[in-house]
Amino acid sequence: MTMTLQAPIPVFDDEETSGRKLAIICSKGSLDMAYPGLVLANAALGEGIETHLFFTFWGFDMINKETMSHLQFTPLGNPATHMPPMLMGLPGMTAFATHMMKKQIEGIDVPGVPEFLEMISDSGGHLWACRMSADMMHLSEDDLYERVEGIISAADFIELSEGAQTIFI
Amino acid sequence: MSLATLAGREVHVDGEGFMTEYDEWTEELASTLAANIGIELTDAHWDVIRFLRDDYRSQGETPTLRRVTTVGGIPTKDLFGLFPKKPAKKMSYIAGLPKPAGCV
Repeated sequence: MTMTLQAPIPVFDDEETSGRKLAIICSKGSLDMAYPGLVLANAALGEGIETHLFFTFWGFDMINKETMSHLQFTPLGNPATHMPPMLMGLPGMTAFATHMMKKQIEGIDVPGVPEFLEMISDSGGHLWACRMSADMMHLSEDDLYERVEGIISAADFIELSEGAQTIFI
Repeated sequence: MSLATLAGREVHVDGEGFMTEYDEWTEELASTLAANIGIELTDAHWDVIRFLRDDYRSQGETPTLRRVTTVGGIPTKDLFGLFPKKPAKKMSYIAGLPKPAGCV
């Protein structure tokens, strides 16, 4: 009989990853630009990494109760759609492109923005809103998605993201 | 993929120790795998593991956390409570399945 070795045990609570921290600045309000931050935040949380999302400027559309379910995608000025630029400005094109993109996202079982934020929050992620953007847009916490933990200043964000890898989107 | 000993039995595992043969897994082995990573299995853990096993059998791939929540009906918060820090990897390790390949 040949002897086999004991099965290895995966290292899940690696000392190198514990203490890792991620801060993602979401500054865009279009549908296609909302997802990179959401997907990365979700992935980081699944790896046990402390994750903060900071919404600023157009990124407020992702957490504004009025707009968060209605983000749009426009092919206008985006050469990556590989469509004739002249056609992209036609009336109804943004609505059509948004509809198509939402269908594609749904087709791979990825949630819409509000449900995605809920999942991130349930996974322990932190959502923050930018003070200056709130003041500019005359929005208060009541206008924002209820899982947003607070409206904080740029200095607050710098403080809470100490030691974090920061991604600007 | 190589043969290794787990709870006194010979099974196939990958370089990290994840089992690679669906049919070699048993509930008994699950308890050993769980103990290896410091988890004591409760009924709530078993609900997740059984969903993972069934879903893998029907879909051919390990469900992501989102799928365990939306299809399996187990809240995301609970998954992080039961399998702290890295729920997707921990639950698939115990269920004798590969890590989920999906992004979300």
